[in-house]
Amino acid sequence: MANKLKAYTVLTLLVIGLVFLGIGCAEKNSGDSSPVQETSSEGAPEADSQGIFLKGSDTVLPLAQAEAEEFMIAYPEKSVTVTGGGSGVGIAALIDGEVDIATASREMKAEEIEAAKANGINPVEHTIAIDGISVIVNPENPVSELTFDQLRGIYNGSISNWKDVGGDDRPIAVISRDSSSGTYEYFKEDVLLGDEYRPDALTQPATGGIVGEVSQNPNAIGYIGVAYLDESVQALSLDSGNGSESPSPDNIISGAYPLSRPLYFYTNGEPSGLTKEFIDYVMSADGQSIVSEVGYFPINS
Amino acid sequence: MFDRNYKEKSIESVLFSVSALTVIILFLICLFLFRDGLLLFKATSLLDFLTGKFWYPTSVNRQFGLLPLFFGSLLVTAGAILFAVPLGIASAIYISEIAHPKVADFLKPFIEILAGIPSVVFGFFGLVILVPFVRTTFNLPTGQTALTGSIMLGIMALPTIITISEDAISSVPSTLKQGSLALGATRWQTIYKVIIPAALSGISAAVMLGMGRAIGETMTVMMVTGNTAIIPSFPGGILDPVRTMTATIALEMGEVPQGSAHFHALFAVGSVLFIITFLINLLADSIKKRYRFKVD
Repeated sequence: MANKLKAYTVLTLLVIGLVFLGIGCAEKNSGDSSPVQETSSEGAPEADSQGIFLKGSDTVLPLAQAEAEEFMIAYPEKSVTVTGGGSGVGIAALIDGEVDIATASREMKAEEIEAAKANGINPVEHTIAIDGISVIVNPENPVSELTFDQLRGIYNGSISNWKDVGGDDRPIAVISRDSSSGTYEYFKEDVLLGDEYRPDALTQPATGGIVGEVSQNPNAIGYIGVAYLDESVQALSLDSGNGSESPSPDNIISGAYPLSRPLYFYTNGEPSGLTKEFIDYVMSADGQSIVSEVGYFPINS
Repeated sequence: MFDRNYKEKSIESVLFSVSALTVIILFLICLFLFRDGLLLFKATSLLDFLTGKFWYPTSVNRQFGLLPLFFGSLLVTAGAILFAVPLGIASAIYISEIAHPKVADFLKPFIEILAGIPSVVFGFFGLVILVPFVRTTFNLPTGQTALTGSIMLGIMALPTIITISEDAISSVPSTLKQGSLALGATRWQTIYKVIIPAALSGISAAVMLGMGRAIGETMTVMMVTGNTAIIPSFPGGILDPVRTMTATIALEMGEVPQGSAHFHALFAVGSVLFIITFLINLLADSIKKRYRFKVD
């Protein structure tokens, strides 16, 4: 029996060792590739070379990836590399001159533009697509529309029962994304108008988690990208003062639905060379049809 | 002769360097973890971090208070242990003392399979089955609670607790058992008056290791506990959503700007977690050593 215990110990040690080895390798890799500050001394990549580099929003990531893939199929000798990390990360990389295009699901902040100017970078904004955010509840919930004030109240904690917004007498289970999500920031700015999220809001690590919880919990309310809507949840119409509007494609493209936001590419100065070719491709009819395929909305319709 | 010696020596040194590598890697992880964690205290004082009641990492008045996360981890782990220890020890006793050897051989592989299920699968199961169940049973606004996390973690800690306690119970010398039976004690009296006390330190080690497993688990808790960073009340908070230290790191690491105070705060949380699991493992190890000495 003591032998068996020894064997277990040896095995455990081996597994722990392997795990640590794995962690060790990951540590090394991330050390090589990610630090923003350390590689900044290399200067801006040449835009006229046959490769460009995009970094930024995780919301834009699936779209930018799809565009890059199609672009590289059309022009096999050119290379477009896309990574995520978040709007803030992408913009920071543009300010440091590390990337050709920063992708963002929000506009650059004033202090970011100042920092860019101080670094000799002149950020130029390109709107490439529109994204809609839908507010969802369980299909059993009789509430089908909310005003912006009600939605803000639900998310900042001043409204906690569905009966206060015309529903059943049930507590509201408020669901939010984690703070690393660009949608979290967008929602905080545009719906909460800068208020803190209520501290007892549930935090889900992914959109799938929000849909899952809302679809089985009649008390729940959450927000997701319109691309993720399905039959298991009910999307609310929202009233920002101009009447109640549903998150239909038409309303999102026209801007009548209040929770839609543009998705951006930022470049240093007017784009040239391959950067320009790529942006022109994204804005072309082909590029914009990819936008619809990925689940966002084209801008020049 | 020389050639053979040389070969022996080189194999030995290869094996040595491989095992030394583990130590070096562990050392490096500590180094980087603590180095980045300590940088937080340029922005916040240690006291504010350890006693802060609010975790608002991205707000304008950002606050990095460890307490909600620490108590979240504590509550979920305590619940898991309360759930897993009686079940685990009972199963271990049954398998090693009561069950027919054939039944025991049949049961053991299942316990090992339970240990091999990936945590995200446990999380998925919890999300789809247990979360709605908890919500309807206790009539709560949401089923994503500390209790749900505790039950899932308890199930995940079971294999550790069962296998190690079972080893401890089986290592009790059969002379003790036979002596007890010969004195006229019943089988049950023998189990709880002789075998359990003799195996107690092994069982305690099993509980500690199960606890270590529970406190470090990330994916499952992140999926089923709701991740609400407020200090849970005790004991009523078991039915409220909580956020653990591990879930916080996993949730927020993705998009945190490198080198920011928030980034360092996550490393500091990781350092605290590392110290806690290290202490638990150390304790389990010392208990286990003591028990081995006693039995041999």
